[in-house]
Amino acid sequence: MGNSRRSFLKVAGITALGIGTKPVLDVFASSGGHGVEPKPEVSKNVEVFTAKRWGMVIDTRKFHSAEDLDPIIEACHKIHNVPEIPEPRHKIMWIWEDEYKHVFTHREHELINDRIKHLPFLVLCNHCEKPACVRACPTKATFKRDDGIVLMDFHRCIGCRFCMAACPYGSRSFNFRDPRPFIKEENKEFPTRMKGVVEKCNFCAERLAVGKLPACVEASNGAIVVGDLDDPESEIRDLLSSNYTIRRKPDLGAGPSVFYIV
Amino acid sequence: MNDKNKIVIGLIIFVAIVTFPFWYNLGKASSAPEPKLSEKAKVAKECVVPKEIMKQEHMQILDLWRDTVVRDANRVYKTGKGKTFNMSLSTGEDSCMGCHESKAEFCDKCHNYASVDPYCWDCHIAPKEKKPEAGGE
Repeated sequence: MGNSRRSFLKVAGITALGIGTKPVLDVFASSGGHGVEPKPEVSKNVEVFTAKRWGMVIDTRKFHSAEDLDPIIEACHKIHNVPEIPEPRHKIMWIWEDEYKHVFTHREHELINDRIKHLPFLVLCNHCEKPACVRACPTKATFKRDDGIVLMDFHRCIGCRFCMAACPYGSRSFNFRDPRPFIKEENKEFPTRMKGVVEKCNFCAERLAVGKLPACVEASNGAIVVGDLDDPESEIRDLLSSNYTIRRKPDLGAGPSVFYIV
Repeated sequence: MNDKNKIVIGLIIFVAIVTFPFWYNLGKASSAPEPKLSEKAKVAKECVVPKEIMKQEHMQILDLWRDTVVRDANRVYKTGKGKTFNMSLSTGEDSCMGCHESKAEFCDKCHNYASVDPYCWDCHIAPKEKKPEAGGE
């Protein structure tokens, strides 16, 4: 009688306990101690351009005819896959050219001097301080970033066009039809839009993010300057303090951030 | 019980019709597709998160990423292991499609099978499909 019932039960109990705890110990061994991985992080590019409040100065003295503006418009539209639609009512424009009486409606009078009268002005989204489009948008597809850029999230746009009605500058265009067939050369680095969304200038947010200046600035030979309006040392503030500048429809209170030297 | 024959014949016809889809499609079920990894993805071995999570949650991840990029302007993703990615679907070398170079072989394989039709490519430009027979270019 080497084995009593008592000793058999003891051994069986300890074995069962051992088998039962093994998986638990395994879990502890794999989760704790050596295997702690840092959490994934998101961040900006190292070379990003930042500002407290982005602004733009356009020196119209450096432009003489519409031909001077064409390369700027083309650079912008090409980079952002803006379609060239012949039908005027369906046109998509991020930056375009217009005359004084349409651009500065509140300043126009019949005896204005000839140079100003026939001078082509570049117009684009003014990236307002208090953007009416942002208040009008029911889906928050258009929003103002902390750095002052008024941006669109095309994913969220439902095409209601409230923003177009709200914008006092006509800076927004609606895709009445699929824009793809009207894009001559697709830029693979930027998406196109689809039928039924609104679009506008994005202050080249995608270029600022990788340390590049906006396309219009690059193409303008120094006639367009962007910078931080909140930084008294910036080039743009220097330009603003040394030149007389005007803004479009400032009396509406939207606080446009695009300034014109005339 | 004079109509026994009629009833039995009727029942047989009924059962045959009801079960028709089952035996008609017997053995025709296609197996679940495997997305084909590009050479680049095979070399890289790891995605932004482990493959199993990616399989189940890539749509949520993409949704989160688009908000992070568009709204917060954060465009660089660093994994726990320290690898960085460009948080973009279709632009640049280390974006999604920079590694998964073929939409047809990678995205569409499962999407078609599951009959889902995401509208990513209405706006995003898919990478050009490389034709297998055209070498050199």
